[in-house]
Amino acid sequence: MPIQQYILIALVKIAIALFVLLTACAYVVLAERKLIARMQNRWGPTRVGPFGFLQPLADGLKFILKEDIIPSHVYRPLYIAAPMLSLTLALTSVALIPIGQAIPLGGASIPLQITDVNIGLLIILGITSVGVYGIALAGWSSNSKYSLLGSLRASAQMISYELALGLSLIGVLIGAGSFSLREIVNSQAGYHWNLWYRGQVFAFFIYVMAAFAETNRVPFDLPEAETELVAGYHTEYSAMKFAMFFVAEYANMFTVACLATLLFLGGWDGPVFGPGWLHVLLPVVWFVVKILFFIFLYIWIRGTLPRFRYDQLMAFGWKFLLPLALANIVVTSLVIGLQGR
Amino acid sequence: MTVPLSYYLTLSAILFALGVLAFIIKRNIITIFMSIELMLNAVNLSFVAFAAHWKQLSGQIFVFFVMVVAAAEAAVGLAIIIAVFRTRDTLNVDDVNLLKL
Amino acid sequence: MHLALFLIFGALAVASAVNLVAQRHPINSALSLVVVMGSLAVLYLLLGAEFVAAIQVIVYAGAIMVLFIFVIMLLNAGEEERTRGSRVAMAVGIPGLIVLAGALMVSLSERNPAARDRVPVGAMFGPPVEVGRALFRQFLLPFEVTSILILIAIMGAVLLARYHAPHPPVARALDPDEAAELLEIAGTHGSATGARERARQEVRR
Repeated sequence: MPIQQYILIALVKIAIALFVLLTACAYVVLAERKLIARMQNRWGPTRVGPFGFLQPLADGLKFILKEDIIPSHVYRPLYIAAPMLSLTLALTSVALIPIGQAIPLGGASIPLQITDVNIGLLIILGITSVGVYGIALAGWSSNSKYSLLGSLRASAQMISYELALGLSLIGVLIGAGSFSLREIVNSQAGYHWNLWYRGQVFAFFIYVMAAFAETNRVPFDLPEAETELVAGYHTEYSAMKFAMFFVAEYANMFTVACLATLLFLGGWDGPVFGPGWLHVLLPVVWFVVKILFFIFLYIWIRGTLPRFRYDQLMAFGWKFLLPLALANIVVTSLVIGLQGR
Repeated sequence: MTVPLSYYLTLSAILFALGVLAFIIKRNIITIFMSIELMLNAVNLSFVAFAAHWKQLSGQIFVFFVMVVAAAEAAVGLAIIIAVFRTRDTLNVDDVNLLKL
Repeated sequence: MHLALFLIFGALAVASAVNLVAQRHPINSALSLVVVMGSLAVLYLLLGAEFVAAIQVIVYAGAIMVLFIFVIMLLNAGEEERTRGSRVAMAVGIPGLIVLAGALMVSLSERNPAARDRVPVGAMFGPPVEVGRALFRQFLLPFEVTSILILIAIMGAVLLARYHAPHPPVARALDPDEAAELLEIAGTHGSATGARERARQEVRR
């Protein structure tokens, strides 16, 4: 493949991925508002468009048109850089996520992934761990006590749960023998999903819990506990800068859902039938369905569970999830070692 | 197109020298600690460059051990800094001149 | 291409390191150090050490430096004060550094035949599988020893950072006499257990 064609295809893929991701973020916000509303016996947004379907557009317009207030007491360079950092890192991880088999197009086979790296999983973990900076710096540079408390909580929480998150993936990695997300998915082909085939139920549980904490979602949303900290680390942000944090949070939710699908639920593995074009399309559909299941799980839990207390949060991470993850590693390696693979 | 090994080693030396410089002229105890990390990073770079040069993986393995030591050191060192700050209310190393808390 | 990437990220690393020295506020220094580590990760990729590059980002930039920034935020560290009493160190140290750097440059320059060896870049000889094999076979004992080191570090950090109140809060069990005495002070009466409970609340207040 000539280099120009390669770059062109990559650019097109990036543009499509960004468009789909941002639109999906906007509509997940709407879905969240609608679902939470129904769980609380309300209607949710109904005014803009049929059933409120144009609400995300109205929200986006509002974010753009609002005055962008920069309080006078903030540390400007970091105050401006923090939301950009958050959003950039949140969107970068999408580049590494495969969403289906390669599609044949005009003689060449185009993988449904922006770039296939042999250490893809590690890079995603790296991007997630660097993502703490956006939140920490936002809180610090705002020069406000609520923001500072929120970002202190966020950094402590994210460092703590990163350990359990990373360790929960080791069982999967031992089974697959590769860091490449595509190979991990291929190793689960034929319904040999890691969730049951390699007995990673506990790892899946740990991963989901830790991922909820990493994305600062209920019941781990202490960094932005509105009842005590106003809005946590983004208290002093408004307009587009606030929107950046907002979109980053939902993009992170998508990344987490994609990883869970790829690592534990067999990625795009699912029943494939029908004519040739359906063979290409169906895996992507299964992948999207699995992701939507996770997004629904997020919303469902938000509508169900109250927030943890801070000491409960730390005790849960360090005294429950971490030992469980270590035990999972020991058992998984023992089983695989005894099977002699 | 390859890059001479000496380029990597020179870069490593420059970074190490800057780390030493920061270690000497900085007064904030946290910044001094960070300059130690910078020196460790400079050394890691030459380890990896040598590993690539001699095609020996042990150079990379050394980097892991350096990172482990750096992580352990950061945990204990920052705990010490917090303890010092609690008793002295300062981060200036010039004010921390008694051999007791 | 590789040379260009090396020059870009090498220059970025040096510039950030200089910034670390020049900045007065610790958080700016910390962020410069993060940039140094990021550019070093790119250089590791150029050298074919992909796993080390990933670990560099995850461990150094993602964990150690976050810890630093956390402590800076926690202690609310302000601008650095001017240095006191280290003029001798400056007067001796800077020329010494220049001499040292010059000597290194000369010994590493192209004229030195030993330094003319080229690094075959992008050979990708250190895939994670190989690194893991070396780590768990050849270097198993050091690997296990580092785990003990980490354990000791965790215990040390917990011990050091535990909060010692100037006057430790009352946690001792009150004996009934004392409790009764306290209750008398408060001017109330009750059963023995109730008195102890009340007295404890009294003390806590």
